[in-house]
Amino acid sequence: MRNTLVSATRVTVRWMAVLVAITLPLSPATAFEIEDERRFGLTSAANEMAVLSTTDIALFAPLAEAFLSQTPNTALRYVQATSRQVHAAIDEERAAFDLVISSAMDLQMKLANDGFSRSLPDDLVASLPDWARWRDRLVAVAQEPVVLLLSGAALPEGTQRPRSRRDLIALLRDNAALFDGRIGTYDPQASGAGFLFLTQDARMSDSIWRLAEVMGRLNTRLYCCSGDMIAGLRSGDLLMAYNVLGSYAAANLTQADGVHIILPEDFTITLQRTALIPSTSDHPELGVALLNFLLSDTGRRIQSEATGQPPFDAQTFRNQPHLRPIRLDPGLLAHLDAMTRRRFLAEWSAALDQP
Amino acid sequence: MRFLMIEDNADLARSVCARLALEGHAADHASSLSEADDCLAGTRYDMILLDITLPDGDGRSFLSRHRTAQADTPVIVLTARSAVSDRVDTLDLGADDYLTKPFDFAELEARCRAVLRRRGGTVSNLTEYADLIFDPLGGCVSVDGEARDLRNRELRLLEVLLSAPGRILSKDQLCDRLFSYSEPVSDNAIEVYIARLRRKLEGSKARIETVRGLGYRLVGG
Amino acid sequence: MTQATRQWLRGKATRPASLRRRLVLQLIALSAVLALVLYVAVRLGAERASEATLDGILGAATTAIAEELRSVDGGPELELSPGTFSMLAAMGEERIFHRLNLGGSAVTGYDDLPMPPDTPTALTAVFYDAPYRDAELRLAAVARSLMIDNRPTPVLVVVGQTREGQRAIAQQLANRAAALGLAVFLIAVPLSLLAAGTLLRPIGRLAEAVGRRGGHDLRPVRHPAPTELQPLVQQLNGFIARLRSTLTQTETFIAEAAHHIRTPLATLRSEAEIALRQSEDEPTRVRLRSMIRATEESARSASQLLDHATVLFRAEQPAQDRVDLGTMTAALVDRFLPTADLKDMQIVLHPPTDALVTTGDAVLIEAALRNLIDNALKYSPADSNVSVSLARDGNFARLSVCDRGRGLGGEGLADLSQRFRRGPNVGEVVGSGLGLTIVSETIAAMQGRFELTDRENGGSCATLWFPLHE
Repeated sequence: MRNTLVSATRVTVRWMAVLVAITLPLSPATAFEIEDERRFGLTSAANEMAVLSTTDIALFAPLAEAFLSQTPNTALRYVQATSRQVHAAIDEERAAFDLVISSAMDLQMKLANDGFSRSLPDDLVASLPDWARWRDRLVAVAQEPVVLLLSGAALPEGTQRPRSRRDLIALLRDNAALFDGRIGTYDPQASGAGFLFLTQDARMSDSIWRLAEVMGRLNTRLYCCSGDMIAGLRSGDLLMAYNVLGSYAAANLTQADGVHIILPEDFTITLQRTALIPSTSDHPELGVALLNFLLSDTGRRIQSEATGQPPFDAQTFRNQPHLRPIRLDPGLLAHLDAMTRRRFLAEWSAALDQP
Repeated sequence: MRFLMIEDNADLARSVCARLALEGHAADHASSLSEADDCLAGTRYDMILLDITLPDGDGRSFLSRHRTAQADTPVIVLTARSAVSDRVDTLDLGADDYLTKPFDFAELEARCRAVLRRRGGTVSNLTEYADLIFDPLGGCVSVDGEARDLRNRELRLLEVLLSAPGRILSKDQLCDRLFSYSEPVSDNAIEVYIARLRRKLEGSKARIETVRGLGYRLVGG
Repeated sequence: MTQATRQWLRGKATRPASLRRRLVLQLIALSAVLALVLYVAVRLGAERASEATLDGILGAATTAIAEELRSVDGGPELELSPGTFSMLAAMGEERIFHRLNLGGSAVTGYDDLPMPPDTPTALTAVFYDAPYRDAELRLAAVARSLMIDNRPTPVLVVVGQTREGQRAIAQQLANRAAALGLAVFLIAVPLSLLAAGTLLRPIGRLAEAVGRRGGHDLRPVRHPAPTELQPLVQQLNGFIARLRSTLTQTETFIAEAAHHIRTPLATLRSEAEIALRQSEDEPTRVRLRSMIRATEESARSASQLLDHATVLFRAEQPAQDRVDLGTMTAALVDRFLPTADLKDMQIVLHPPTDALVTTGDAVLIEAALRNLIDNALKYSPADSNVSVSLARDGNFARLSVCDRGRGLGGEGLADLSQRFRRGPNVGEVVGSGLGLTIVSETIAAMQGRFELTDRENGGSCATLWFPLHE
């Protein structure tokens, strides 16, 4: 039944692709937006797999190359998009990809819950701990903290780095003039990841609402992506970026930038980057192969080298209890509900909108 | 011999007594134990023939009384019963012998003689004829004092001849007396025994005379 | 139906039913049924219980969501709790779907989630199953009314979850129940055999007790028997009592018959003899002689018939007396001496060197020996000898009665032993033909042997082998 579904979907997608191609100039909303795209591997390769991901191509490249070097006759087409676009690509457009990787755990969970993901092999699933997978549909390939970035220049002489959100609120209040208009964070409307971080923040404690009020009074700027926030910090435009993906920060900031990467000690949301093989996949076996590679020791090593983050495991969480991994379960779906999301965003906007 | 027959069946009793009389014996008949007691009180008997089932008491009780009284009259029990226990009991209780009805008369006489011989002490009647002395009880014959060894049938033949000395007895009559009715008898059987008897009695004044066509008779006495 | 099948069915019909087998089969069948019932009960129970529990949670979650629905200026407001969804999904990693209907149309959630078959009433959840996407869902629907713009609007909250986790656990429980049922069944098999054995042992013991009795034991059975066997034992005792009474009556009858037949015969014979002696008329004498022969035959027949009757019912359950064959033979020979003497015959006795004792019915043995000696005397010519010898022969005592009579005339023992059968060379000898029948039946009842052989130089030998009582 699945095979007929897949082939039916494939036919539909083909026709839709034609339709999209025709109507693209007329209604751009029907196609999903991609940020970047690259093809890895030889042109002569017989098999070409397609990977859709939110991860920067630059960060993924070493993984792609290492994988292809051990998988002969294969090429890899890597498409980078925002988490919302990634979701829409599968959910609405039923685009054919062999592996979908996203930092937006909730959107991935929705894809899996709604039946868009394929079953993964038993041995692959069994090798992962319970918290790093959901059923045999969704697995975590990497974990990373969601961090606070604070420019060194923002810390007055002798001030300690804020260790918790309370400290941060105090710092912001005490140096209102300094921080005014120079704080950045995700726009939860635009960024799926950003929305996720906020909802998890709110789940963990109420401190986010007080922080939001403070940030609102200080004319916080909202961004769609981590990259922009990091660029802003480097240029000195921003003094603080809240809720930034640790891997991006580590990858894009150097010592010279003088930006502190702070993992708040009250709690640090730990994101799991998840992957699934969509039901629209043309080469699911290649997707499985790539997934196995990502989860292998080699794959993890390359990832941690690229991101500058050590691989996370159960031991790490035991040793650093402030790291709170986001639970990979349908609880993530609650905030995706339209009304609930609307209410949350309304509350957020209200908190931010301070005179 | 003097017999007392204690038998409740009148026909049988009468018949047996008559039969005994034919042989020259005397026989009295008692049809109950009390009658028997009366008879015994008054007369002395040589032999008691007792029917084991009597109307006024089992013949056994008579036997035990008879024995404890240490009367010396021998008792032969006449029984119609089959059970061996009955037979054995009667002997244990003091009967000298028993016979099953109906009985062969010759057998009765033979057993009476045997019983009396066993008892001993009874002087039997001797029969004398010429120089023959015949003891029917002891079953012996002497010629002029010399004992002659005679076998049973020879003895019986002599006895029959002695019972009617001088009278002619036909072969038939002799057969009847000598052989049982169910025994196959050859034509010259009597001749054979007569011849044997003559041989045994050689030297005696008494001799057996053949009367051609009629029979035989004992002469000489 | 094939020949083989027919034979098998016939065999089944005539084979006696086995209580043990029936009991064991019934117990096993019962335990199989119980095991099955256990399995089904646990399976159903587990499924119902888990479904009820999960339904309770699902219902509570749906109701909670419905209750939390608020109406504000802008319209209805809903805040779904991640914790609720986490909890609903917790057992078995289930998939969760939800839908909110306002005034009849879907407002949020999965707008194609199946609706309930019946509209739920005020805050009580309605449960139903429906397929959705590629899964089988269990759904709960809760309805309430919400004031929007001062108007009461019907609201329907539907939450659905897959139940794969529950199914997996229920399956596991069912498998365990099946294993338990199987274990119970397997234990039941040896226990059934044991129980059947224990239960049926009293029957075996009763049979043993009755079997141990001797053939002549006609006492009532007093062996303790279980309640269920009491009626059988009572009937058996009743039967024994009736048999005992019948046997007693038969014995009495035989004795009475003997008496009533023989006494008149004795009279008849005696009168005939007297008449014969007194008659001079030859034809009359012939007739009288034939009359006497007839009474002799009649008497002999009567004797043998009565003897035979005795043998028959004693042979059925012979007494077990210790019989000294030497003593008995000597006594019998002694008894027959006067009879032999009448025919100038002698009975020569060769006694055994030591005492030879056998176990059997004294009455029957005595009757057999009597018949043999009587036969020998009857069929032998005058002046001949009959030899009776008794000696040990292995585990047997061998008793031979040999005569110089006419021999068997070519007939075998089997033929001569038939009732009323007389040999071809009996001639005029009076006999009823039952004598040898009595002997062969008696010896058979004692598990001995009987042989009848012709003798060199004429005559025959009748040999009996009695098992020695050691």
